[in-house]
Amino acid sequence: MKKVKIYITLKQGVLDPQGKAVQDSLQTLGYDGVKEARVGKYMELTVEDGENVEKKVEDMCAKLLANPVIEDYEYTIEEGVTQ
Amino acid sequence: MKFAVIVFPGSNCDRDMYYAAKDALGEEAELVWYQDADLAEYDAILLPGGFSYGDYLRSGAIASTSHVVAEIKKQAKKGVPILGVCNGFQILLESGLLPGAMLRNQKLKFMCHYQELIVENNKTMFTTAYQDKESISLPIAHGEGNYYCDQETLKELQANNQIVFTYADNPNGSISDIAGIINKEGNVLGMMPHPERAVEDILGSADGLKLFQSVLNNWREAYVTNA
Repeated sequence: MKKVKIYITLKQGVLDPQGKAVQDSLQTLGYDGVKEARVGKYMELTVEDGENVEKKVEDMCAKLLANPVIEDYEYTIEEGVTQ
Repeated sequence: MKFAVIVFPGSNCDRDMYYAAKDALGEEAELVWYQDADLAEYDAILLPGGFSYGDYLRSGAIASTSHVVAEIKKQAKKGVPILGVCNGFQILLESGLLPGAMLRNQKLKFMCHYQELIVENNKTMFTTAYQDKESISLPIAHGEGNYYCDQETLKELQANNQIVFTYADNPNGSISDIAGIINKEGNVLGMMPHPERAVEDILGSADGLKLFQSVLNNWREAYVTNA
């Protein structure tokens, strides 16, 4: 099994109102040093070993997990625990 | 004319859409469960608002992978009129039938009130009953209606007159005040405001009815002799 860790973030240039609200709240708490906050998503997939795992993960991200119009994605593929 | 109203788990404006087509417009309409995916017998397809699949992942993303959406894409190629409202618009974006994407409203609030719109293009099969630049009032009800696309796409939308409705007073941060867009071919319309909730005066506005009347009139002209 492979453990796939996927990080999805809003593209630079796309306004992130949620991130802005988080930044404002952090500043309210006194963390003046926070100049920007951007909120994204983290996903974990457990995927069967096989050919082209990376290609498949790439397709999954582009087709469904991320929306390429507004989001970027990165992922890592690690050896998972055998189940 | 026969309308299909597609019902997903989590749709909640399906009955309103059905009412608009069946009772207000006076045509045939059927609620079609998303798994019963044969749409060949319908003259128009309506994608209602709501929260399909609980808005999991992104609004409309899960629904866009369903078989009924593959079927809708086939009908879209044939030129069948397809209207997506609110979550229906989000599904059209996620499925690639329309360009762009939805972001959360700029002020992060779910907004639910009447909104003044401008009819920017009254030459589409959905808008011929409106005057050019007519000001109309329709309800909005969304948390993610902040339409976004890159500059290149925006230029293309403008050049092809694909922006059909704009907000007179932008409530959600939508790029270029966009409230509704149509595909290049002119048969797939997506919009955040709800025309189906404004089809008779007792509801507060009848401005939405003209949209359904436009579809009917244009369909009759195209397919019914001696219309």
